[in-house]
Amino acid sequence: MTEIFGLPIQAFLGQLLLGLVNGSFYAMLSLGLAVIFGLLGIVNFAHGALYMIGAYVAWISLDKFGVNYWFALILSPLVVGALGVVIERLLLRHLYKLDPLYGLLLTFGLALIFEGVFRDQFGVSGQQYAVPELLRGATDLGFMTLPNYRAWVVVASLTICLGTWYVIEKTSLGATLRAGTENPALVQAFGINVPVMVTLTYAGGAALAAIAGVLAAPVIQVTPLMGSNLIIVVFAVVVIGGMGSILGSILTGVMLGLVEGLTKVLYPEASSIVVFVIMAIVLVIRPAGLFGKEM
Amino acid sequence: MNAVVTPAAPTTGKLIGRRIGIITWLVVFAFLLIAPFVGVYPVFMMKALCFAIFACAFNLLIGYTGLLSFGHASFMGSAAYATGWLVRSAHLSPELGVLAGILLAAALGLVVGLIAIRRQGIYFAMITLAMAQMIYFICLQMPFTGGEDGLQGVPRGSLFGLLPLNNDLVMYYVVLTVFVAVFLAIVRIVHSPYGQILKAIRENEPRAVSLGYDVDRYKLLAFVLSTALAGLAGSLKTLVLGFATLSDVHWSLSGEVILMTLLGGMGTFAGPVVGAVTIIGLQNFLADRVGSWVTVIIGVIFVFCVLAFRRGIVGELVAWRQRRGDR
Repeated sequence: MTEIFGLPIQAFLGQLLLGLVNGSFYAMLSLGLAVIFGLLGIVNFAHGALYMIGAYVAWISLDKFGVNYWFALILSPLVVGALGVVIERLLLRHLYKLDPLYGLLLTFGLALIFEGVFRDQFGVSGQQYAVPELLRGATDLGFMTLPNYRAWVVVASLTICLGTWYVIEKTSLGATLRAGTENPALVQAFGINVPVMVTLTYAGGAALAAIAGVLAAPVIQVTPLMGSNLIIVVFAVVVIGGMGSILGSILTGVMLGLVEGLTKVLYPEASSIVVFVIMAIVLVIRPAGLFGKEM
Repeated sequence: MNAVVTPAAPTTGKLIGRRIGIITWLVVFAFLLIAPFVGVYPVFMMKALCFAIFACAFNLLIGYTGLLSFGHASFMGSAAYATGWLVRSAHLSPELGVLAGILLAAALGLVVGLIAIRRQGIYFAMITLAMAQMIYFICLQMPFTGGEDGLQGVPRGSLFGLLPLNNDLVMYYVVLTVFVAVFLAIVRIVHSPYGQILKAIRENEPRAVSLGYDVDRYKLLAFVLSTALAGLAGSLKTLVLGFATLSDVHWSLSGEVILMTLLGGMGTFAGPVVGAVTIIGLQNFLADRVGSWVTVIIGVIFVFCVLAFRRGIVGELVAWRQRRGDR
C-alpha cells in the first residue's frame, strides 16, 4: 500500500490536502456570497476582488510596515469590511428595488475597477507571502508528512465557516438576520434598523472574503487576478449547492475542493473544468442544486 | 430582465418619430458606405462592425428575451478559433470557415443553453459564466488553439474564389453587407410573432407559460440564434484581424459585450451598435494613452451605467423624444 492510482501515497494525500485547502476557500467565499444574496438579493461579483484585496492588505502590511501574519488576519477583514460598508452605502443601496441582474453588473464593474487598480500598482506577477514562523515545517503523521500551514488553513477556515453557521442559525442575532431575509418590512416594524443590518451583512461577507484572502496568501501567489479566477468557480459551487442553505454551501465547497484535488491525481488535464462539469450534471439531474429548494 | 425600459409607443408624433428614425438610419447607412473614403481607418470600422454584430446578437437575448448570458465571449471565441484553424491549417475557403464557425457556436449554444435554461434570472447568468469558463479552459489546453499565443497569421483568402479579401476595401464591404443583413434579420425576428412571444416571456414568464407556450423551447431557440450570430461575429473578426487569441474567449469580453449593450441601450435596435462602436473606439483611443487603466475606466462606465444610465444612449434619446412629443 505505497501507491494509489499509480501515485505514491504521499503525493496522493498531498493533492487531496491541497484540494481540501482549495475547498475551504470555496466554502468561505460561497458562504459569504450566500449570506449577502440572502439579505441584499445581490450576487456579489466583487467577492473575488475583495478576497484579492484581503490578500494584498496582508502582503502590503508585511512588506511595507512589517505587520505580521496574525495581526494581518485581524487587520485585513477590518479594512475590507470598511470598504464593504462604503460600497454598500454608496452604490448597492440604490439597486435594491431593481432586477437582481443589475447588482451582478454593478459588482462586476467594481471587480474590474479593483483589479485594474491593483494591476497598475503591483503588476500581474505574483507576490510571495512568507508562511508565518509558527506554522512553518511539517508534521510526520506516519503515513504522510502534513505541512503545518495547510492543516492550519483547513482548520481555521472550517472553524470560521461553522462559527458563521452557528451565529446565523442558532443565535438571536442570526434569527433577526434570517427574518430580514424573509420580510425586511416586518423586521423594520419590530424596531430593528434594517438598513444598518444590511450594511453590516455586506461588510461581514466582505470580511469573510478578506480572511480567506489572508489565509490563501502564503499558499498561493498573491496576484491581482487571483480573485476573478476563483469567483467563477465559486459561482459554479453556489449553483451546485444552491444558495438556500448555509451548511449546504460549506459542505459543497469542501466537497468540490476534494473532487478537484482527486481529479488532479487521476486526470490532471480535467482538473480545471471538473467543477463546471459537475455543475452541468447537477443541473440536469437536480436543477435546484443539491441543497436548494425548488423556487 | 423586468426593469428594462420598453419605450411605449406615443400616440402623437409617432409617424414623425418613425420618419426621423428612418432618416437617421439612412444617414448612418450612407456614412457607413462612404466611410473608407472619408478617412476612417477601414480595419477599425470592420472591427467595430464585428463587435456591433456581437452586441446585436447579445441584445437579442437580454433586450428581447430577458436572459442575461454572462458567457457570450465563449461562443464568439470558439467560432473565431474554428474559422482561424480551418482557414489557416486546413486551407478551407473563408466562406466555409465562417460557416463552420457559426455551426460550432450554435452547437455549443445548444448544449450550454439546454443546461442554463434549467434555472432563471441570476442563476442563468452564473451558469452561462461557468460554462463559458469551461470552454475557456478547453481552448487553453487544446493543441490547435495555440495556447497562450493563439492562432496567428490567418489568411483572408478570397470569398467564393472571386472577391480578394486581402484588399481592405473589399473586406470592408463584405463585413458591412453581413452587418446590415444581421441587423435586418434581428429587426425581422423581433417583429415576428416569435419575437412577440419572446417579449411576452421577458415581461412575465409565468404568464407566458400559463398561456400555453413552451417557454423553454422559445428561450432555447433564442439562445441558439444569439450564439450562432455571436459565432458569425467571431469568425468575421478572425478574418478581418488575422488572428484568434484567448482574449476572444475570456470572461472579460463577455463583460464587455454586456457593457456595449447596456451603454447603447438594451432592447433597442440601434443601442448595441452605438455601444459597440463607442466602446471599441474608446479602447482604441485609450490603449496607447492610459495602458492598464483601460480596465478601470471600463469598470467605472459599468458602475455609472448601472446606477444612473440604465436606458443607455439610444434609450435616453428615445425617452427624450417621447417626452417632447407628449408635451
